[in-house]
Amino acid sequence: MSAMSPSRRRVLVYAPLAVAGAAGLGFWAMLRGLQDGSFNPRGVPSALIGRAPPDFALPEVEGAGLPAFAASDLRGTGRPVLVNFWASWCVPCIIEHPQLMALHREGVPVLGVNYKDRPADARTFLGRHGNPFARLGADQPGRVAIEWGVYGVPESYVIGRDGLVKWRWAGPITAEMMPELRRLLA
Amino acid sequence: MTRILLLLALLLAAPALAQVGDTTYRLEDPALESRARAVGRELRCLVCQNQSIEDSDASLARDLRILVREQIAAGATDEETLRFVHQRYGDFVLLRPPVGVHTILLWATPFLFLGGGLAAILLMRRRRAATGIGDAELSAEEKARLARLEGPPPP
Repeated sequence: MSAMSPSRRRVLVYAPLAVAGAAGLGFWAMLRGLQDGSFNPRGVPSALIGRAPPDFALPEVEGAGLPAFAASDLRGTGRPVLVNFWASWCVPCIIEHPQLMALHREGVPVLGVNYKDRPADARTFLGRHGNPFARLGADQPGRVAIEWGVYGVPESYVIGRDGLVKWRWAGPITAEMMPELRRLLA
Repeated sequence: MTRILLLLALLLAAPALAQVGDTTYRLEDPALESRARAVGRELRCLVCQNQSIEDSDASLARDLRILVREQIAAGATDEETLRFVHQRYGDFVLLRPPVGVHTILLWATPFLFLGGGLAAILLMRRRRAATGIGDAELSAEEKARLARLEGPPPP
């Protein structure tokens, strides 16, 4: 290819550099997303976003002294609420708990779904770490979780003022995610 | 010796008998059970992500296996059962993603790459033919220079 013009040659020389630069930029964006929680490589997009939560009715957690809830309790609340699936046997739930407590103190209605748990264990967990839940339902068979498309605990959903699912997070809510979450729940 | 060989063969064959999870949730009817299994193999276990729910030992996979069998036993078709799970877990739960506006790039990528490669080869061949690289004749001047370099023919 002796007929190649110098300008074409220069383009070819810089092309790999441009590709490497673009890849680096993408990688940096991914790392940043990992840090503030907007990117989760193992995350599965929720089929519920923009839709109403499924129809369900949960019994209360025995002896917890908290009212249970059903789908109707998520409609017409007048403000965004957080629905949190958790279990006493779930280790990341302990990491997440202080953030739930903080939201509770700020007046956000946090509704808990106790997933595949023993009532006594759930009560002990809340006794030890504090109770952030305004309402608490028991999903021992895990069927309501499947209706929501939950694939592990902890998992959290923001239900907007309009009663539609606005946001879903699979995994513990970390302190870094709080500004974003507060904005969603405002 | 034959005994040891037999023992080894039996040991190697053991995985063939291995079954995931407990067998409590099999359907009585073998036809329904085989349908349930075929449906389950289309569904991704969302916990392990690279296994179907039939292959996975995760508790969610077990729950979904039971759910699929309930649906099949209640008279749902294979498509209805798949749709039931798809509605709740989205496209990701299907091991074979559906062809749609948002997945067309995924499905088209192999053909795009193949087409791009073919186009590149064709383009290069055409350009080579145009510039005459490969079959250009030597000019008289070049022939004379070549003869000079080669020197006089050996006696």
